Amino acid sequence: MLVSRFSGLGRQMINYLPKVPLTYAPKTGNLHASYSYFSHALKPKTFSTTTAHEEEAPQVEEISVIFVDNNGEKHIKVPVGTSILEAAHENDIELEGACEGSCACSTCHVIVRDMEYYNKLEDPTDEENDMLDLAFGLTETSRLGCQMIATPELDGICLELPAATRNFAVDKCAKAT
Amino acid sequence: MAVFKARAWLSRAFSTVASHPLRVCVVGSGPAGFYTAEKMLKAHQEAQVDIIDRLPTPFGLVRSGVAPDHPETKIVVNQFTRVAQHERCSFFGNVTLGSSVTLPELREMYDVVVLSYGAESDRVLGIPGEDLSGIYAAREFVWWYNGHPNCRYLNPDLKSSDTAVIFGQGNVALDVARILLRPTTELATTDIASHALSALEKSSIRKVYLIGRRGPAQAACTAKELREILGIKDLHVHIKEADLLKTPADEEEMKNNRIRKRVYELLSKSVTSRPLHPSSDPRELHFVFFRKPNKFLESDERTGHVSGVRLEKTKLIGINPGEQMAVGTGQFEDLDCGIVLKSIGYKSIPVDGLPFDNQKGVVPNDRGRVLSDTSGDHTRLEKGLYVCGWLKRGPTGIIATNLFCAEETVASISEDLKQGIVTSSSSSSGREGLLQLLDNRNVRVVPFSRWEKMDSQERELGNLKDKPREKLTTWEELEKALEE
Ligand SMILES: Cc1cc2nc3c(=O)[nH]c(=O)nc-3n(C[C@H](O)[C@H](O)[C@H](O)COP(=O)(O)OP(=O)(O)OC[C@H]3O[C@@H](n4cnc5c(N)ncnc54)[C@H](O)[C@@H]3O)c2cc1C
Ligand SMILES: NC(=O)c1ccc[n+]([C@@H]2O[C@H](COP(=O)([O-])OP(=O)(O)OC[C@H]3O[C@@H](n4cnc5c(N)ncnc54)[C@H](OP(=O)(O)O)[C@@H]3O)[C@@H](O)[C@H]2O)c1
Ligand code: FES
Repeated sequence: MLVSRFSGLGRQMINYLPKVPLTYAPKTGNLHASYSYFSHALKPKTFSTTTAHEEEAPQVEEISVIFVDNNGEKHIKVPVGTSILEAAHENDIELEGACEGSCACSTCHVIVRDMEYYNKLEDPTDEENDMLDLAFGLTETSRLGCQMIATPELDGICLELPAATRNFAVDKCAKAT
Repeated sequence: MAVFKARAWLSRAFSTVASHPLRVCVVGSGPAGFYTAEKMLKAHQEAQVDIIDRLPTPFGLVRSGVAPDHPETKIVVNQFTRVAQHERCSFFGNVTLGSSVTLPELREMYDVVVLSYGAESDRVLGIPGEDLSGIYAAREFVWWYNGHPNCRYLNPDLKSSDTAVIFGQGNVALDVARILLRPTTELATTDIASHALSALEKSSIRKVYLIGRRGPAQAACTAKELREILGIKDLHVHIKEADLLKTPADEEEMKNNRIRKRVYELLSKSVTSRPLHPSSDPRELHFVFFRKPNKFLESDERTGHVSGVRLEKTKLIGINPGEQMAVGTGQFEDLDCGIVLKSIGYKSIPVDGLPFDNQKGVVPNDRGRVLSDTSGDHTRLEKGLYVCGWLKRGPTGIIATNLFCAEETVASISEDLKQGIVTSSSSSSGREGLLQLLDNRNVRVVPFSRWEKMDSQERELGNLKDKPREKLTTWEELEKALEE
C-alpha cells in the first residue's frame, strides 16, 4: 500500500515495455480500471502524504467534501491538512493536476458551489490568482484544488469540477490567455 | 541494432492486444498530441494510438519552448510519460510527416489521423530591412537556449552592443527578455542548453526594450510572467508614466478582462520601482508602448547587420466595443540596438494534401474535424482527419488550453464513430504498416524506451553540473545517443 499510493510513477505504470525502476505497481489486465490513474498527479509539494497520517496518527480529523462532476456527486472524507487535489486523487476523482500541485498549470481548478464556504477560505495568494487568471471557465468562486487545504470549517463543502459545465468554448479560452 | 529490435518487439507485443483495433495516429508529441492520445485511450478501449514526432525527443514545446527557469511547468511530462507507457500507446520519434511518411499514406494506414504538429514558423513584420543579420524570430532564439537541434548553431549576436530590442509584449517576449536579463548564475542551475549559457555569460546586453504597438491596458502577457520579470534582482524597470493614462475605451476593455486588469495594475505599480541597492552590473528593462516598427536600420560599419530600428508612434482607435487597434501617427523615432528579436507570434506550416488557411495560419476545421472546402454553403469534411492544438486554434494558449482542445477534438471523433462516419477498418495496416514503410525507407524510428534512455543520459550529464538535465542538442549527439 505504502508503495503504490504515492510512489512517483509507480502506481500509474501499466506499461508493456520492460521499463526502468518503479514498476512495482501490479500489472493488471483490467485496462479500464487501471486507466483511471492516468490523470492522477502526485502529492503537492508541501504536504505529507495521507499514508503517513494514517500510520502515525490514525485519529486525524476528517471532513466531508462533495465533488460534483458530469457523472453526479461523490462524497468523500478528507483528513484535515490534506490538499483537495491530493484528496481527489486518493478517491479516484478525475481532477487534473498537470504540475502536480506546484501552482503552475491551473488544471486543478474547482468551483466552490456555495459562497458561504468560499468566504471561509483564506484569500488566494498572488501566485494562485495569477494561475486562476488562466483557468478555463473561471467563476467568482473558483479556486485551485492544489492550493486548498482541508480545515475543519470546510466540513461539508461542495466542489464542482469545471468539466461538469464545460461547453468546449476553446477559442474563447485561447483568446483569454 | 537496439532500435530495430525494439520495433520488432513492439509489433509482436501489439498483435496480441485486440483483433480489430481502432487505429489512431497522432502527429506531433506536444501537449495537444499527448492530451489527444490520453483522451482517445480513455474514451475508446479498442483504440491503438501511435504518436509520431519529427524529433527523436518527445513533448514538443514543453521541452523546446517552456523556459528553462520554469521547471514546475514541465512537470506535466510525468503525465505524458504515463500516456506513452500505456500498453495501447506507442511513440515513434524521428518520423516526419511530409518526408518520412506522407499524409495520404498515413490516412491509408490508419482509421483516424489527428494532426497536432504545432506551429514551427513565424509571423513576419513585412517591413524594410527584415532580413538583415542580427534579427531573429523569438522562436529561433527560444529553440537555441532550449537546445532544439534546429537552432543549435544560431549563435545570436550578444556581443556587438549593450542593447536588445524585442517586438511584441506577449509571454514569449517576456521569456526571451528574462533570459537576456536574468543573472546567469541563476540560469546555470536550470536545464538551459550549455552553449546558450556560455554565450549569455559573455553577453554584453544590459538594456532590453520590449516594444508594444498598443498600450499597457492591451499588453498580451499574463500577470505571472510579468511579476516574474519585474522581480529580477537589480533590474531597473522603465515605463513612461504618461503611457499609463487610461482612456474610457481602455477602462471598457479592462472591465471584463481580469488578466488585462491585473497586468495593467502590475505595470502601474512598477513605474516607481527601483532596485534597492545600486548594483555593480546594472540592467535595464524598458517597456515601450504605442510604437510600431517601421523599418530596420543597417549598420554603417558592418554591412548587412542591423544597427537600430525606426519606430512609428501609434494611437489607438476603437474597432469593436471593447477592442482597440493601433494606427500610425506619422511621427517617427530611431532606437539603436545590436540585436532584434521578433516576438509577434508563431505560425503553422501546411503539409502536402492538407487543407490550410494561409491567412490565419491554421487548418480549417469544425471542432477539430478537418474541412476541405469551406466556401459556399457546403462544407466538405476530410473523413477520418482531425486537428488539435496550435495547428487547430492558432498559436495561443497555455499547456492546459490544449487539454480542452483535445477534449473537443476527441468528442468529435467519438461522435463520428458513433454515426459510422469513421469506422475501424480491417484493411488499415496501422502500426505494422507504418513501421514496415519506414523500414523500407531506412527511417530510423526511435521508440519511447529509447527516449527514456536518452532521458536518463541527459539527467546524468546534468547531475555532474548541478543542472536537472544537460540536453543533447545537436543531431550528431542525438544520433550518437541512439547508437549507444
Ligand atoms: C516560448 C514558449 C514558451 C511557453 N511557455 C509556456 C509555459 O510556461 N506554460 C504554459 O502553460 N504554456 C507555455 N507555452 C505554450 C505551450 O507551449 C503551447 O500551448 C503548447 O505547446 C502547444 O501545443 P501543441 O501540441 O499544439 O504544439 P507543440 O508543443 O509545438 O508540439 C508540436 C510537436 O509536433 C512536432 N512536429 C512538428 N512538425 C512535425 C512533422 N512534420 N512531423 C512530425 N512531427 C512534427 C514537433 O517536433 C513537436 O514535438 C509556451 C509557448 C512558447 C512558444
Ligand atoms: N508562462 C506562460 O504561461 C507562457 C509562456 C510563453 C508563452 N505562453 C503562451 O503562448 C502563446 C504565444 O505567445 P506569444 O507571446 O508568441 O503570442 P501573443 O501572446 O499573441 O503575443 C504576440 C505579441 O506580438 C504583438 N504583435 C503581433 N503582430 C505584431 C505586429 N505586426 N507588429 C507589432 N507587434 C505585433 C502583439 O501585439 P497586439 O496585442 O497589438 O496584437 C503581442 O504583443 C500565448 O498564448 C502565451 O500566453 C505562455
Ligand atoms: S496542480 Fe497545477 S496549479 Fe494546481
